[in-house]
Amino acid sequence: MATTPTPAPGPLRRTLRRAPGHLLRTVLALGFVFPIVFMLISSFKPDQQIFADLGSIKAFLPVGQLSLDNYTAVFDRVPAGRFLLNSIVISAVTVVLGIAVNSLAAFALSRMRWPGRRLLLVLIIATLIVPFETFALPLVWWVNKLPWLELHGFQLAFTEGWLDTYRVQILPFVANAFSIFLFHQYFQSIPKELDEAARMDGASWFGIYRRIVMPLSGPAVATVAILTFLPMWNSYLWPLMVVQDENLRPVMVGIQYFFQLNVSWGQIMAYSTMITVPVLALFLAFQRSFINSIASSGVKG
Amino acid sequence: MTTLLPRAGTRPPGRGPRTAARRRERLTALGMVSPAVLLLLVFFVIPVVLAFALAFTSARLISPTPAHFVGLRNFTLLFQDPVFFRSLFNTALFAAVVVPVQAGLALCLALLVNTKVGGTNFFRTVYFVPVVTSMVVISLVWMFLYQKTGLINHLIDTFTLGHVQGPDWLNDPSTALPAIIFMSVWQGVGFHMVIWLSGLQTIPADLHEAAAIDGADRWARFRHVTWPGLRATRTFILITITIDALRLFTQVNVMTQGGPLDSTTTVVYQAVHAGYTQQQTAYASAISLVFFVLVLAVSLIQRFLTREKD
Repeated sequence: MATTPTPAPGPLRRTLRRAPGHLLRTVLALGFVFPIVFMLISSFKPDQQIFADLGSIKAFLPVGQLSLDNYTAVFDRVPAGRFLLNSIVISAVTVVLGIAVNSLAAFALSRMRWPGRRLLLVLIIATLIVPFETFALPLVWWVNKLPWLELHGFQLAFTEGWLDTYRVQILPFVANAFSIFLFHQYFQSIPKELDEAARMDGASWFGIYRRIVMPLSGPAVATVAILTFLPMWNSYLWPLMVVQDENLRPVMVGIQYFFQLNVSWGQIMAYSTMITVPVLALFLAFQRSFINSIASSGVKG
Repeated sequence: MTTLLPRAGTRPPGRGPRTAARRRERLTALGMVSPAVLLLLVFFVIPVVLAFALAFTSARLISPTPAHFVGLRNFTLLFQDPVFFRSLFNTALFAAVVVPVQAGLALCLALLVNTKVGGTNFFRTVYFVPVVTSMVVISLVWMFLYQKTGLINHLIDTFTLGHVQGPDWLNDPSTALPAIIFMSVWQGVGFHMVIWLSGLQTIPADLHEAAAIDGADRWARFRHVTWPGLRATRTFILITITIDALRLFTQVNVMTQGGPLDSTTTVVYQAVHAGYTQQQTAYASAISLVFFVLVLAVSLIQRFLTREKD
């Protein structure tokens, strides 16, 4: 641009100077979305056409024989509706329980005075350095031994082993040190004078939690909800090991069925699209909250 | 919760109302932390203790005979297993490549996107799409892209005008791990870009302006203003990318099952293979312990190297 013979007028020159940056940003954007666009588009094409289109730009264009055949075939092949329902139930229950359990703990840790609270907070934060994979295998052994109380007719009976249940997919992920930490940080920013005033008026501690602190903590609740929901929806390793029952399996484990017998990539793309689009839609609708939540996991690390 | 406590009238004599309020505060607090503490005990503390304990026994996932103490047998077996060493090597190699490449690219992306021109939000969102997509789905799609006659090889063919023939990426022992590395960086880089961006936004704009007035060029401003301002972000990014890299499992399990010829097997993959596929809980616990020591050692070393030097 420095060699331009006649200097361009201001705005044009600025546009020219910015062009390389914009071009680079755009090319990179294509690089980040092309596999996902390919997945979406291919899910509507028969297998032969997916392969035939690979050599040209047609691979990314909705052209040729488009149909929902892959989707109907997916429902014939696996109980996809059931898998989706299971994932929704497991994620939603974990999010709701997680918000309640972790915010209650954080409330007691940040706003109430009792012996041992500092030590407990330090211990909880210290658990963050232990990755799940460290104890996942012993945990499989352990949940297989855990008892559960069940009602048979009018009789209570103990059963052993939590494998193949919803609870084994939910309860281990409810209490979360990072969620407690996030709530704790947020609660610290809410003035404690509010509590004192409410105490004067005779409010109970639980009342302060429910009527004062939680209603002021919307952003923290949203962050914890997003940071709980995403890994739950995407969870793979844990359900792979503890759930064999088709009626209880979540979506990610369902992919295994597509590699038995004849592999159809059209069907794989259709199933992948089905389990990705709900999350992508949520992400695009709330992208600011999503990105800020995930960025917040980087602050004060 | 408070209804369980004695009412003010039934308070034992000799104690003031303040002591009663204190006691009530304590009990309420305990009630509030107990669900979380109980769940963390059952699903975190006990399994971690079990990892240490079971590694020295003969425990199997399902076994008619109770587990018994076997001393260091699992560890001796482990350190005689060439596949385990291969998994250690692959995991270390993966981390050694992914950590600098992903952190560096993420910083470049953050600087590229962090402009006043506008569109920051749009590009940030687009680069972030792979991060919210499940690794299982991403691995599936890339498995297809990486085929011998797949899209990646078609692209290579087009851009080199037919001069370079792409390999059968995932079925060739020399290219399978690099292919997984490339895809993993592509997936994760948006996450760390966002973290760099939030770090960049904490640097006051006046500093940049002051440097510009002093005649500092772009590079000098990056070197003397941006880079020192990203201290805390740097440490955080280094440690999180490393731990994430060491946990490598999903991509391998979906795309290659550790193959071809163990060229993509990892420590976590070995642990799952032993503990779940072969049901050898004790052996898997031993692998998990080695994994834990690895993670702990690496993060301690990194914390030491990046400590505040003043």
